[in-house]
Amino acid sequence: MAEHGLNIRNLTITAPSASGEIGIVHNLSFSVGRGIVALVGESGSGKSTTARAVLGLNPEQFRVTADRFSFDGEDLLDLSEKRWRSVRGRMIALMPQDPKTALNPSHTIGRQVEETLLLHGTSSRSDRRLQALDMLRRVGLTDAERVHASYPAQMSGGMAQRAMIAAMLVSRPKLLVADEPTSALDREAQAVVLSLLSEFSRDLGMGLLLISHDLALVSRFAERVIVMRAGRIEEELAATALDDARSTYTQSLWRARPSAETYGQRLPVMDE
Amino acid sequence: MTRTPAVEINGLNVSFGGTDKRFTAVRDASLRVEEGKTFGLIGPSGCGKTTVLRALAGLNTRWHGSMRLFGEPVQPGQKLSGNIRSRVQMVFQDPYASLHPRHKIGRSLGEPLAIHGASDIDGEVIAALAQVGLTPDMAGRYPHQLSGGQRQRVAIARALIPRPDLLLLDEPTSALDVSVQAGILNLLSDLKQQRGMTFVLVSHDPGVVGHMCDEAAVMAAGEVVARLDRDGIDARYAAGT
Repeated sequence: MAEHGLNIRNLTITAPSASGEIGIVHNLSFSVGRGIVALVGESGSGKSTTARAVLGLNPEQFRVTADRFSFDGEDLLDLSEKRWRSVRGRMIALMPQDPKTALNPSHTIGRQVEETLLLHGTSSRSDRRLQALDMLRRVGLTDAERVHASYPAQMSGGMAQRAMIAAMLVSRPKLLVADEPTSALDREAQAVVLSLLSEFSRDLGMGLLLISHDLALVSRFAERVIVMRAGRIEEELAATALDDARSTYTQSLWRARPSAETYGQRLPVMDE
Repeated sequence: MTRTPAVEINGLNVSFGGTDKRFTAVRDASLRVEEGKTFGLIGPSGCGKTTVLRALAGLNTRWHGSMRLFGEPVQPGQKLSGNIRSRVQMVFQDPYASLHPRHKIGRSLGEPLAIHGASDIDGEVIAALAQVGLTPDMAGRYPHQLSGGQRQRVAIARALIPRPDLLLLDEPTSALDVSVQAGILNLLSDLKQQRGMTFVLVSHDPGVVGHMCDEAAVMAAGEVVARLDRDGIDARYAAGT
């Protein structure tokens, strides 16, 4: 196998409009192997379109071109819809924004965790159950038997999030794409979810592409940070180097964070 | 010498549901907010912080206990009235949900102005927009034609129209990008300085609380579990969170 993980070179995505093609993402190049890479930007910077491209989930009319766009050496540019279905979930999984609403309220947790296994060919029912129970325990739901038989409404928000994570990870994807995985959660729950994801990323040797507008939050978990602005990469840097970012845009994003240290001061605001 | 506090609540209880399935959202909460301060109400989702705010705003009148706003007693079961009604205003978390989608901004701002007896409504709308850093042409737009930050500025402008002394802020920046949030927080600080208003700020974001609040109460499971002065806030939310 020549290459490991996600490799993107000069990715450009355009969408049709009344006045011709509009560029959403321009000449993006980055890669994600093992470990956590954060794709950070403000609303409209193109980060979610990029994330969806990695899962082949953009609308059909979007045009995706690239010099290289591959995962573990497999070209993602011209995959058939059938082939995408086998890639999604098994090789690359998506973590939805709000775990609570992403779960089907009328199915048990067990059924929903096992669904991915069923789709990707674990035919034995008892095998599926064992793997599901094992994964529920690994995400910290110690009373796995009870959770397996529960419906989402019978669980707290925090438990539902963990169950959601179990459902995504049970098929052991090699790359997890998490698009604002915690924006519906409060700070404490955010830290719990991100710690859990980074722990799994380490233990399962899984790559994690974290999409977020919250530079302060992701910088605590990511190893590398890619800052996007208006569809382009503004800067890619190590999370530990954010204090010395080269780009003035990254600097202003980083310094616009309010904190106990900025009490009584004005926050720097970007010029429009 | 004791000044009359802006907010004084003692033994506040709020519960929901009928007699058989009763859920107590706020249990025996007592708070005192001095005039001119920014007071934080903090805690995880479901801890009751927004419920306290809604009781203060008179949006939920089904509470028990005692409440005084600027020294005047407020009775449970009754909406805020008279003088107090204009002195207390609220800014909601999601400005998109709090602005009428089919009314232009000028109308959304003009209605409270008309209610409060303004004579030159167009002129006052422009002035209201100006004080939150928006240009006059915003009056002709619909909410969906504004960015998230602009919408929250409009919501703040509307809350300021009755010239309130107490502004209740429910996660005012949690739906915004960090750089846009910085602009809104600066605006709130400026307004407080210019007008000497009191803020009660509900937030789960340690950064926002650390940046804004002079004092804070920490809530958990419906109860006030800690009170923090500025040193306490610094200690709790020092770097790294």
